[in-house]
Amino acid sequence: MQSNPSTVIAHLDNVTFSYGSNERTILSGLHISFEKGKLTAVMGGSGSGKTTVLRLLGGLYPANSGTVIFEGQDMGQLDHQGLIEARKKMGMLFQFGALFTDMSVFDNVAFPLREHTQLDEAMIADLVMLKLNAVGLRNARDLMPSQISGGMARRVAFARAVALDPPLMMYDEPFAGLDPISLGVTARLIREMTDALGMTGVLVTHDVPETFAIADYVYFIANGAVVAKGTPESLKASTDPFVRQFMDAAPDGPVPFHYPGASLKDDFGLGRMV
Amino acid sequence: MFTHSVARLGAFIRINITGVGHASRMFVAIVQRSGGLLKRPRLISDQIFFLGNYSFVIIAVSGLFVGFVLGLQGYYTLNRYGSEQALGLLVALSLTRELGPVVTALLFAGRAGTSLTAEIGLMKAGEQLTAMEMMAVDPIARVLAPRFWAGIITMPMLAAIFSAVGVIGGYLVGVPLIGVDSGAFWSQMQGGVDVLQDVGNGVIKSIVFGIAVTFIALYQGFESKATPEGVSLATTRTVVVSSLTVLALDFLLTAVMFST
Repeated sequence: MQSNPSTVIAHLDNVTFSYGSNERTILSGLHISFEKGKLTAVMGGSGSGKTTVLRLLGGLYPANSGTVIFEGQDMGQLDHQGLIEARKKMGMLFQFGALFTDMSVFDNVAFPLREHTQLDEAMIADLVMLKLNAVGLRNARDLMPSQISGGMARRVAFARAVALDPPLMMYDEPFAGLDPISLGVTARLIREMTDALGMTGVLVTHDVPETFAIADYVYFIANGAVVAKGTPESLKASTDPFVRQFMDAAPDGPVPFHYPGASLKDDFGLGRMV
Repeated sequence: MFTHSVARLGAFIRINITGVGHASRMFVAIVQRSGGLLKRPRLISDQIFFLGNYSFVIIAVSGLFVGFVLGLQGYYTLNRYGSEQALGLLVALSLTRELGPVVTALLFAGRAGTSLTAEIGLMKAGEQLTAMEMMAVDPIARVLAPRFWAGIITMPMLAAIFSAVGVIGGYLVGVPLIGVDSGAFWSQMQGGVDVLQDVGNGVIKSIVFGIAVTFIALYQGFESKATPEGVSLATTRTVVVSSLTVLALDFLLTAVMFST
């Protein structure tokens, strides 16, 4: 799929990244591209650098080396104003919603509209209600974030993220900690919004069944690089040991069960036993 | 051992100089990115309301008690020289020149400063500031700048309230309780307090303290580690750093004002 460069909206080329000079390397030589209008999933275990991919795409951190390109612009080379302009074309759904706790549900969704448009309040109210209706929370508009459940907060955050109809939408672990109903609702919303608004979706997650049901293309990353990629169908049939371990939820395999370090023999002194 | 100590000293100095540089850059960034507030003064007025409400009661009650004590202590000293009629002047000068701005700034740091730090720190911990950045809204311009200017505007108002309530406190102790002549109390105050020299200097002090305390509170919150320990540490640091800064600045400003 990810072959035609004219249809690619964003890509990471040979990206290496760590959060500080003394910190461990999160990404090393990562190549990923995201095709326009498609929902691409980036999967991997906890701490594999999935969320970092989103943060680099959003220009929140510059890559140590390599390039992060969004709509032909190198995110690492943009100045403060350039980053602001680029981010106006992006939406991001955070893992726990990141709603503004001092604002009501309505004001949270209205926030990007009030900040970036000159629309009058009546028009903003209509737009906010449309977005809230799309996520099924029209009647929760006057509630505060502390009064709604985690699943609802995620949906409000979703409505807020798509308020300006961004061409690129990023989802950071949207399924984490949700009950089965909220999980199904969120997955359906992501797919429907991608199709209805013609958005490009980048889905960062480790939930296999939900992701394989809605994604167009999947990347598996481990140890900072892509270890497998393909459509959900092709990956289901894959014999790659990493993909198999991840899909079959096997405790041991290419990703070891034990944290690397001294062996069991050394720690218990078994080698010295007579 | 010796080289180890030198290395640690060097690291300590380097970290602190880096910190000062970092804070200076943020200060400049807040001022530079405040232009948008001219179009949206509501953002500042909301914060003035918020910060003012937070500190009003503690400022007024403290002002009253400081006024009581000034009345008693001032009378004790003045009485030795038979000049207790000047009690009103002593109370007013002490409050407008010194105690009003300084005590208000210390109380403001403890009440509003800590809440600013905790608020910003928790916004950071809840990824709200990152979410704002990703919505192409600059948190420095949208969150920090309105609070910064609101703090600068609120501080002189609170200091004025402190001094006014303090004068009333001094009056209540001096005149009805001790028996100083009411006319002398007020007329000496009216004749002896210079609006520009005394009240004006107090206002300048409280504006400077407003800048210092509010900036320190915002900086600590913005730079706090996004963990419960990080936010609590930042809140403590706000009180310690801003209190010491206020007292040091007070000495510097008083020295400059005395020399002119």
